[in-house]
Amino acid sequence: MNKKPQLSRWLPLLWLILALTGLSLTLPSVAGAADVSATTLAERIRPVDAGGVRPELFAPEAQAGERIAMPAPRLKREDYPSIGVSSRSVVWVIAQMHLFFAAFVLAVPLFVLVIEWIGVRTGDPRYDDMARECMKISMTAYSITAIFGGTLAFALFLLYPQFMGYLFHVFDRQVLVYAFLFFAESAFLYIYYYSWQALRHGNRKWVHLTLGLMLNTVGTTLLLIANAWVTFMMAPSGVDASGVVTGSIWEIMKGPLWNPINLHRFIANVAFGGAVIGAYAAYKFLSSRDPKLRAHYDWMGYTANFIAILSFLPLPFAGYWLMAEIYAYSQQMGITAMGGILAWLFIVQAVLIGTILLAGNYYLWSGMSRTPGARRYYWLIKYIALVLVGSFLVWVTPHTLILSADEMKTLGGNSHKLLGPLGIMPAKNIAVNLMLIFTFLSFQLFRRSDKEVTVSWAGFGNALMVSIYVVAVVNVVFAGVYYGYFTNTVYKVGSSVIQVVSTLTVIVAGVVIDSLMFRGARKLPTTWGQVSNRAQYALFALPVAFTWLMALMGYVRSSVRTHWHVYTVMKDNSPDNYIPTIGHAGNMMTIVTVLFLLFVLFIFWVASLADKKQPKPAFLDGGAA
Amino acid sequence: MKKRFRQGGGVLLRVLLFSLLLTLVFTLTANLLPQVEGEAPVDREIDLAALTLDGFVALGETIFKGKGTCTLCHNDMGRAPDILAIDMVETAKEHLADPRYRGQATTVTEYLHESLVDPSVYVVRGYGKKGSNDTISPMPAVDKAPIQLNEVEMNAVIAFMEAKDGHEVSVPLPDSLPDDAPEPAGGEPAATATPVAAQSPEEALGKHGCTACHAIAGSEATLGPDLRSVGARLDAPAIRQSIVDPDAAIAEGYDAGLMPADIADKMTVSELEMIVDYLLRQRGGQ
Repeated sequence: MNKKPQLSRWLPLLWLILALTGLSLTLPSVAGAADVSATTLAERIRPVDAGGVRPELFAPEAQAGERIAMPAPRLKREDYPSIGVSSRSVVWVIAQMHLFFAAFVLAVPLFVLVIEWIGVRTGDPRYDDMARECMKISMTAYSITAIFGGTLAFALFLLYPQFMGYLFHVFDRQVLVYAFLFFAESAFLYIYYYSWQALRHGNRKWVHLTLGLMLNTVGTTLLLIANAWVTFMMAPSGVDASGVVTGSIWEIMKGPLWNPINLHRFIANVAFGGAVIGAYAAYKFLSSRDPKLRAHYDWMGYTANFIAILSFLPLPFAGYWLMAEIYAYSQQMGITAMGGILAWLFIVQAVLIGTILLAGNYYLWSGMSRTPGARRYYWLIKYIALVLVGSFLVWVTPHTLILSADEMKTLGGNSHKLLGPLGIMPAKNIAVNLMLIFTFLSFQLFRRSDKEVTVSWAGFGNALMVSIYVVAVVNVVFAGVYYGYFTNTVYKVGSSVIQVVSTLTVIVAGVVIDSLMFRGARKLPTTWGQVSNRAQYALFALPVAFTWLMALMGYVRSSVRTHWHVYTVMKDNSPDNYIPTIGHAGNMMTIVTVLFLLFVLFIFWVASLADKKQPKPAFLDGGAA
Repeated sequence: MKKRFRQGGGVLLRVLLFSLLLTLVFTLTANLLPQVEGEAPVDREIDLAALTLDGFVALGETIFKGKGTCTLCHNDMGRAPDILAIDMVETAKEHLADPRYRGQATTVTEYLHESLVDPSVYVVRGYGKKGSNDTISPMPAVDKAPIQLNEVEMNAVIAFMEAKDGHEVSVPLPDSLPDDAPEPAGGEPAATATPVAAQSPEEALGKHGCTACHAIAGSEATLGPDLRSVGARLDAPAIRQSIVDPDAAIAEGYDAGLMPADIADKMTVSELEMIVDYLLRQRGGQ
């Protein structure tokens, strides 16, 4: 039956084409699209006030007078409603909670669909069961997302009414598209989940997969729309210097930072979703004594960690692109983030990413105990650990310190003579790239541990792989040291490209070589469930660090606007228009992280309730009672 | 059943405790770092009736380091030329004579103004936007958002750039505020209480009481070291340091603590530079 061509198999592709066509038709046509290509990149990304894209070329609606020429409101302090507590703090907590859950519920269906599809391809029902279980957790999270979303909208209209009025004016009917898509998302989500068992086999399974694709298409579109609001606030386009709309909705959405944010958030969401699912599996693993269940949740935890770490590895590169675009848009904004008051936050970021990588690696090393084949690689672990810890320490070394006169005299300046050079970006670029390369090495060893290679060219393959590692490490260190310390600033930035390419080469080459070399490899026995309880805590460390990291980076992204609601267009004159201290911001991040954790544990508990069935009490059967 | 509940509850508590402890580590890290607040720029009211040239220069310095956000890039980190460390008047003359200059200015003042509102007319080599071959400056026009300096504020910055290296201030004092001047936002007036600066080094030395202790400018006082040949002994930075921080180095035979430590605080920028320049020329026998 499977060999026969089936129309239903093409349904997902058909839907994707229809969805994309539909989306492009719903958006207003981009007048003068050819003109856009005629302008240079520099012109398109130039700040709106600096004579960038000429509105008359792209704004047929504005010229036709269909929209009111409404400039951004110029607010005074007394224009902001006061409720007795900091408006920013209220919005901060609610928005962050909404974003955490939104990231989770948008990410889970993405990899669930892939897992479900793998289940169809392999015919292994475990994949299907695991995919459904992931969706079960997502269902409760979806309701919480909606609750926080509604509360956020209410809080924003209550506390920042003029700002919201302006944003609604700018985005106009696009807001209605968002609302419609939200309903569509709900519909697809419920149908996808509740039809799982009804559409489990044969042609029906392809219908179910199509539903999953629809769900993800709508979900990703929602993400892109919401991102446009955020990037408009950071780097407005489609409006003039006073905030009057001059472009079409497409020009307003497609600011210089939209695509970098889209990519960064998309990848980060998947990593975050994987980490939370990993924590669920760890929780179930620790709560269970049944070897079968432990084996299942061990496997589920491994898969979730795989998703989280694999998505996490390219994230620094997406972040690099985003920062490069921010610098290209406004050097001032870039320096505020990386070299100004917010720069210290990157020390905390280093601690968080270090935690994620150390926890991820530790979990992989612990997981190698599931198979005796892993013993071959045990000797390498201590060296990997050494590189990771050393790189981590370099990453957290600050460059300049705020010191008293006496301390500065003792130190001989505001940075240490020996440790100071480790505080600048070239050293950190070396550290982060080495951490990524060696994390991939852990991952590669883990993947190889339950296989024995059978191809004749195994020796050559291994030698090739080792040489790629050596060349990449030498490249990363040399480029960082030479260009970072012995050339000027322009080359310093350029050197990071060489480093990124080296790291990516290792990852791509590793995947390609292993997939060819281990084709038809002899499988060694693996005992799922045979992993230490301690390893499960690494799966909890990941979502905790991820959550805090998301809060941190979201805060940095938002704070680079400094005292502007919409950068260069609408000033923030509220009592909270300053950048708080790192300590205050850190405390806020902890509050939202702890709140999120409590909600997540609640979700785990609710999800486990669904599996429980109360045995019929004896007295109902006419027993002793 | 009870055992199972205890087991599940125990895991929940252990997980919660572990997560909270980890969160605590991150919180502590954030709280151990330097705690600095980034305040939004406060527009200051300028009282034109009380504005002196030194007040104008001081206003320029405040804008340069504050609202103008100039020091974000113009510092010793190599992102942009370190304006505080270079003589901008001399530098402006060099740039005006450079064939790469594409502006309309003919004087230093015009050049400095032009470089604020249209920074790309001359881009210092190595500081241009990536890929522009040093033809496009990454510096924003300071009269536009997000910086939005008005004409008076830009002139104050120019005055500061000229005065900081001892040059004559060429921009005139404003006689009226531009239409787009920011409305007072409750900030303290910046340029109203500045004392009138001395017009000559001799006047400055007398005004700040230097001649009461030192033999200089006609004085024969002996309480402090004789300064009539100080230019032969010390260079400009050392003289400047001995005024700004009198006890940093004590001349032989004299006690520390005699000279007021805050004397430099009471001087205007031009007075300090005037005195340093005057003392540097004192090489004995004059």
